[in-house]
Amino acid sequence: MNTSTQISKAKINRRLLKDKLFTYAIIFLAFLSSVPLFLILFELIKKGYRQINISFFYKVAPDTMEAMVAVKNNEIIPGGIANGIVGTLIIVGMASLIAIPLGIICGMYLAENSKGKFAGVVRFIVDMLQGVPSIVLGVIGYIWVVKPITGGFSGLAGSVALSIMMLPSIVRSTEETLKMIPDTLKEAALSLGVPYHKTMLRVILPSGISGILTGVILGISRIAGETAPLMLTALGSAAISTDITKPSSAIPLLVWEFYNDPNLVNMIWSASLFLLILILILNLSAKAIAKKWKVQY
Amino acid sequence: MNSEKIFRYLLIGSGVLIVFIALGIIATLFVGAIPSFKEFGFGFIYSSDWNPTQGRESYGALPFIIGTLVTSILALLITFPFAFSISLFLGEYFKNGKLPSFLRSVIDLLAGIPSVVYGLWGFYALRPIITDLGLNAQGFGIFTSSIVLAIMIIPYASSLGSEVISMVPGSLKEAAYSLGATRFEVVKTVIIPNAGSGIFAGYILALGRAIGETMAVTMLIGNSNRIPTGIFDLGNTMASLIANQFGEAEGLKYTSLVEIGLLLFIITGVVNYIGKLIMKKLSA
Repeated sequence: MNTSTQISKAKINRRLLKDKLFTYAIIFLAFLSSVPLFLILFELIKKGYRQINISFFYKVAPDTMEAMVAVKNNEIIPGGIANGIVGTLIIVGMASLIAIPLGIICGMYLAENSKGKFAGVVRFIVDMLQGVPSIVLGVIGYIWVVKPITGGFSGLAGSVALSIMMLPSIVRSTEETLKMIPDTLKEAALSLGVPYHKTMLRVILPSGISGILTGVILGISRIAGETAPLMLTALGSAAISTDITKPSSAIPLLVWEFYNDPNLVNMIWSASLFLLILILILNLSAKAIAKKWKVQY
Repeated sequence: MNSEKIFRYLLIGSGVLIVFIALGIIATLFVGAIPSFKEFGFGFIYSSDWNPTQGRESYGALPFIIGTLVTSILALLITFPFAFSISLFLGEYFKNGKLPSFLRSVIDLLAGIPSVVYGLWGFYALRPIITDLGLNAQGFGIFTSSIVLAIMIIPYASSLGSEVISMVPGSLKEAAYSLGATRFEVVKTVIIPNAGSGIFAGYILALGRAIGETMAVTMLIGNSNRIPTGIFDLGNTMASLIANQFGEAEGLKYTSLVEIGLLLFIITGVVNYIGKLIMKKLSA
């Protein structure tokens, strides 16, 4: 009798120990996963802060010779990433101009026809587009725009590639948000004699604006850091270029150029730091909007 | 009345346009790949020769298909214990509070870091460690890229998992607890069997991500055109091959690269479709 209780006690202790070890392992591994983020942030700040000054924002990227001289004299490299900032603003802006209206209207269509057959097809295709690798969209931008339309690398081609990339997140967030808005709201408007399109555009869409805005901002933050598709489309430019039919620079493209030029290596950290801060601000504001103006009924 | 009609056409039209965009992408890749397919046929997929020398041009995708699959599956294996722990941590052990919301923010931020920045970090911070460990002379290669890829896909691999784990019915867990099960036993016998396929679907979707990743891999894998002989060898993936060689490509090389793009599109499409299929079965 006595020995059997001892054995079962030992068994229980072993089970409890196993449970404890497992819990600690989970906590340890979960927090170990957050270490890379801080390592990356630390590396960027440590190596990048020196280069960030006022001229960083209004001067274009330096050429190799300038940079070499500066590095030799142990000075910071003159110049900035103005061509990249302007390029990113134009390319991302153009992509948004294409993707936001189309994405919102399509999201509205899907929310209104949640059971339709064709809507099912569209939903499937939006899901599929979400998974297309960005480099493949770069190839598409090259074949659709660079070759036939602009006759050479262009910011527009980059915008087209990126617009396809941000489309799915806008469509899905619009659809999900509008689905949460109760039918009574729509019925009330319709019963007052408001036409369908006005009901949708003036009543339903504004009540879901926070969710839609969150999707749009997340879409923008997803494409702002994209490098691969722009390598095949926008190519890069040493000067500030506002002509969308000409090659254009972008911040991630500049990071790539700096990386490939030994003299400019010191610039990669500041450019990356700036890009990362930009994207973090976009992500945090998307989160804040989602939290503050949550759709509630 | 009229604007009402226009609005309805606009709604359907947007759907039609998106279908056309997708069909356009597929058709464009197919048409672009035709000359290469005519030249090499299906041999393109299992030939391991990538030779751009003029007059003796020959292109095969096998080294890059293998490189892509090995890198991304290895990344998934590395990411697994971490993503699984995060899923359990957020979905079961600590659902509310400051710590989990901190972890959630960290993971969101990991998802926001651009690929090229991951590549830089891998090049300047991780590569020297790999070299010091003597795993590889220059620190480049499949293993290095897989580690960075593993970090990049943590958010994708863990988010679906924590969602399905948190949805496991409380009554099931309580039943197990009332029988005297420890938390670990509840995880093993209730949560994993219930949420397993959802967790798995998350990994499949993360795998799709890893397969299509370009910049970080391009900067770290070493870009060799041979079939890799081991995980510490240099290699190349389909995405990074396109990124490296598309710019100056013409003629046969150009259409071969488009065919690689088509294959990449198909592979990611199939992987994502499988993931979605598992998810759909789950919600049904």
